[in-house]
Amino acid sequence: MKFDVMVDVRLRGGIADPAGATIERALPALGYDGVAGVTVGKTVRFAIEATDEAEATRRSEDLSASFLTNPVIEDATVMVTPADGPTGDHA
Amino acid sequence: MATAVGVVVFPGTNCEMDAVAAVEGLGGDGRLLWHGDQDLTGVDAVIVPGGFAHGDYLRPGAIARFSPMMGAIARFAADGGSVVGICNGFQVLTEAGLLPGALQKNSGLKFLCQPTVLRVESSDSSLTRRAAVGSELLVPINHFEGNYTCDAETLARLRDEDRIILRYVDNPNGSVDDIAGVCNEGRNVVGLMPHPERACDELLGSADGAVLISSLLDAA
Repeated sequence: MKFDVMVDVRLRGGIADPAGATIERALPALGYDGVAGVTVGKTVRFAIEATDEAEATRRSEDLSASFLTNPVIEDATVMVTPADGPTGDHA
Repeated sequence: MATAVGVVVFPGTNCEMDAVAAVEGLGGDGRLLWHGDQDLTGVDAVIVPGGFAHGDYLRPGAIARFSPMMGAIARFAADGGSVVGICNGFQVLTEAGLLPGALQKNSGLKFLCQPTVLRVESSDSSLTRRAAVGSELLVPINHFEGNYTCDAETLARLRDEDRIILRYVDNPNGSVDDIAGVCNEGRNVVGLMPHPERACDELLGSADGAVLISSLLDAA
């Protein structure tokens, strides 16, 4: 089966986030008051072949922990969904 | 025979010729090593130089650690070989697990390119054996992600084991405990954000980096 995977990578608390800080500082000048806690991370998307969703999740989490994130400075959430479309094999 | 120092070149590395020039100016033999090769025959020491290995895509150093040369360097280091990572090379060595911690973005949120004063904290490493503890060296930095960070347990170990070999006198980037350079447990693998290879000639504004590069030539 084919699964779509989305990995949401975020900087851990206390890690410098210049992009988030800069966006937050710019907002009042644009008229957006009352916005706080802006953080900028990254999203990595890919498709993976696996026998079932549990295997797809396990392999994607392993890939995320060993390569897509640096655990010293980053956290990640892995979201796995059966692939849509005509070649999809899900029920 | 001159000490042969291998200087690793990844796609995007840009400080390799500075490193070779510094090594050769101090009597060593600088040799470029392509990241896709894995032959360290005849190499006495390795420099992983600065730049943007693999474009710094994903994270600085994240992809470089999968280059075949990095496997050879890990084995070379495990056998006691001297390995120094400078700037992006330091980032590569932390991502490869050869050094602890990580380099996050500078606390002032700016790219920094300026001279810094470093204090030698330990002369027990492949990069500092010729340097006197307490001496101060004028060496430039040139980075955006040079803010060294690690968990509290790692920091305690680095302090207890005298593995913080260089500190900034006036911390420019927010690095924890003013750390500019650290070494591994074997003291043969060193990483630092400042560029000693760019401070090996008075013509460049400082020759203070020469004591560090000379130490590496000795250590090999």
